[in-house]
Amino acid sequence: MKITLAHGSGGKSTSELIKNVFAKHFSNEILNMMEDSAVVDSSKKIAVTTDSFVVTPLFYRGGNIGRLSICGTVNDLLMRGAVPKYITSAFIIEEGADFDELERIAESMAETAEEAGVIVVAGDTKVIEGNGGIYINTTGIGFVEHDIKSSNTKCSDSIILSGNLGDHHAVIMSERMNIENEIESDNAPLCEMVFELMKNNIEIHAMRDVTRGGLATVLCELAESCSLQFEIEEDKIPSSESVRAFCKILGLNLLYMGNEGKMVLTVPSAQAEKAVEIIRRCRYGENAEIIGSVKEGSGVVSVTKLGAKRTLSVLYGEGLPRIC
Amino acid sequence: MNINEVCTFLKKYNGRDLYFMEICGTHTASVCENGIDNLISEKIHLVSGPGCPVCVTVSEYIDRLVELSEIENNVIVSFGDMLRVPGSKYSLNDARAKGADIRMVYSPLELIEIAKKEPNKSFVFAAVGFETTAPVYAELIDTALEQSIKNIRLLTSIKTMPAAVDKLCTMNKKISGFLAPGHVCAITGSNAFIPLAEKYNMPFVVSGFTAEEILCSIYALVKLQGKGVVKNLYKRVVKEERNEKAYSLTEKYFEPCTASWRGFGEIEGSGTAIKKEYELFDAQSKGIAKDSKANNLCRCSDIVLGMASPKECPLFNKVCSPENPQGACMVSTEGSCFNYFVNNRG
Amino acid sequence: MCVASPGRVVEINGKTITVDYLGNRVKANSGIVDVKIGDYVLVHAGLVIQVLEKDEAEAMTELFKEIEELGQ
Repeated sequence: MKITLAHGSGGKSTSELIKNVFAKHFSNEILNMMEDSAVVDSSKKIAVTTDSFVVTPLFYRGGNIGRLSICGTVNDLLMRGAVPKYITSAFIIEEGADFDELERIAESMAETAEEAGVIVVAGDTKVIEGNGGIYINTTGIGFVEHDIKSSNTKCSDSIILSGNLGDHHAVIMSERMNIENEIESDNAPLCEMVFELMKNNIEIHAMRDVTRGGLATVLCELAESCSLQFEIEEDKIPSSESVRAFCKILGLNLLYMGNEGKMVLTVPSAQAEKAVEIIRRCRYGENAEIIGSVKEGSGVVSVTKLGAKRTLSVLYGEGLPRIC
Repeated sequence: MNINEVCTFLKKYNGRDLYFMEICGTHTASVCENGIDNLISEKIHLVSGPGCPVCVTVSEYIDRLVELSEIENNVIVSFGDMLRVPGSKYSLNDARAKGADIRMVYSPLELIEIAKKEPNKSFVFAAVGFETTAPVYAELIDTALEQSIKNIRLLTSIKTMPAAVDKLCTMNKKISGFLAPGHVCAITGSNAFIPLAEKYNMPFVVSGFTAEEILCSIYALVKLQGKGVVKNLYKRVVKEERNEKAYSLTEKYFEPCTASWRGFGEIEGSGTAIKKEYELFDAQSKGIAKDSKANNLCRCSDIVLGMASPKECPLFNKVCSPENPQGACMVSTEGSCFNYFVNNRG
Repeated sequence: MCVASPGRVVEINGKTITVDYLGNRVKANSGIVDVKIGDYVLVHAGLVIQVLEKDEAEAMTELFKEIEELGQ
């Protein structure tokens, strides 16, 4: 069955769509009240974030737009030291979208939400003219445990990366460029590793998820917000053999590849080893590495394996498909 | 010897100033990504050359692609780098924003399947490149003929290196040696550069693309100063002789022509055009020569000749950036300006 | 533009071959080079431009030997 404009009319088809897809999978006490807005409890400072997801293809190895839409928002909350609690989901669906695919997306969102410990408390659906595309916006609310800010990074901090770079980007590009491989997207919620770091009293100075724009772009932003220099060693950066080979085929640079389940953080160097061990014990963190350190100065400097230093800039240019 | 000894030698070099040109854009990108200029003496200057096909393509070529894209049922197919290059008015991306059908591929040969699937569309491939890419286009025509596919044409701006390097040597007198383009040489053979090495009494070192290979090649260039020789340090890939199969395939459909290069003007025998008897595959590529700049202060022309460094251009990092490129050198990921910009090369 | 990377031939079907790059498989055309299964080849824009005779380590050893001959 295909989605038609009638499913967005606000009438009977709309309520059936909501009942059979969204209410069915997202069911919880707050959502089930079906009121105009959700009322939730909070005694803590709250963190709020929103993100829209427009990835094509909708399904790819290792994930789909539904899982992505939960992970992206949950991870943004985590990066501020917040425990994700509630999430909203707004769908913009082009007519012609497949009903079963939509349901699989909703199902995947529900599973990912459960893994991340959040519940979907509000939602919206619109159907527009088009070609079967599906777009999702999610807004997340979390309770702040430690107020983590990019500007908190201190000189001599260690820089830690939670795992292999480039998987998500490579998966999406493979589909576009007719390259066959077994690479899987890394899209994942980073709750466990963040909670474990906090539980073990690791003093996280700054934390960011590494998404569009890649590691280089995120490090540039981090360096700018604390007015210090981030120096990384290129051969410490974890990545899989097949992703590295993939980059070579297309002439891509690993440092600019997008990810959907990786984070970079700065911690006092004395705690760095311990922090890496904690992350490695967590789901999605087995390849974590200390990739460099923070120095006086500005910008991001990368040291190549032959010892040459070069400055990294944010990602420029495109020519690449939409990947998140 | 090992790589550390090579680096130590190159770092300590304190003789006269040497200017080595890396002809190939892929070399330029590797030099920047590996911070090579950081590992060698300040007396050794690496200069980027005309080996980025997008950078040496004249603006009229882009204009012609944009025109073709405006014709109903036409689809322009291209390598990714071409899409953002400004013509005299518009880029292909601008044309796409206005509704033109423009697609990006990894290999021109993908066009065969695409054209079969959409027989009612007429596909024009933006066929740029050097000796390495020419046989790919020949193979495309060969396959199209074999399978009677009639909805593929090429707008060609295919160039050959030796004649251009010859002209470059007469224009830029500073150069003391060349890193010869490794993958061009895989087709032409390293011998193709012997006449130039002898004529200008200058070393040409055929180089691979890793940091180690480039450093070894620079070492060889220093050691071979004053000698008009070709040294092949990419033997794993490059032979002395040309690849005869590649040439016989290319020569079946193409013939040498005068080509127009940004910065150089017209150079006799520096291009490759579709032969008259196969003109059905030609999207009227002949006579494209005009090069007007999007911005009059743009020094792209001097930059592809190695006569100016990107940083000497008044627009560099001011008006001109990868976000808002004024010239092709800032667009292409192999362009000098782009690489100097993103890697802060000195 | 002249980006080309080495991979291993894993399938041959006339002129169309499959090249494996450490787990990434790409179709390529072998119109200008004779290839056999197991060969390491260099592919540029979908066309095989060379069969590599030596492995990378061997080639590097030879490279250093070669520049050594130019004098230290």
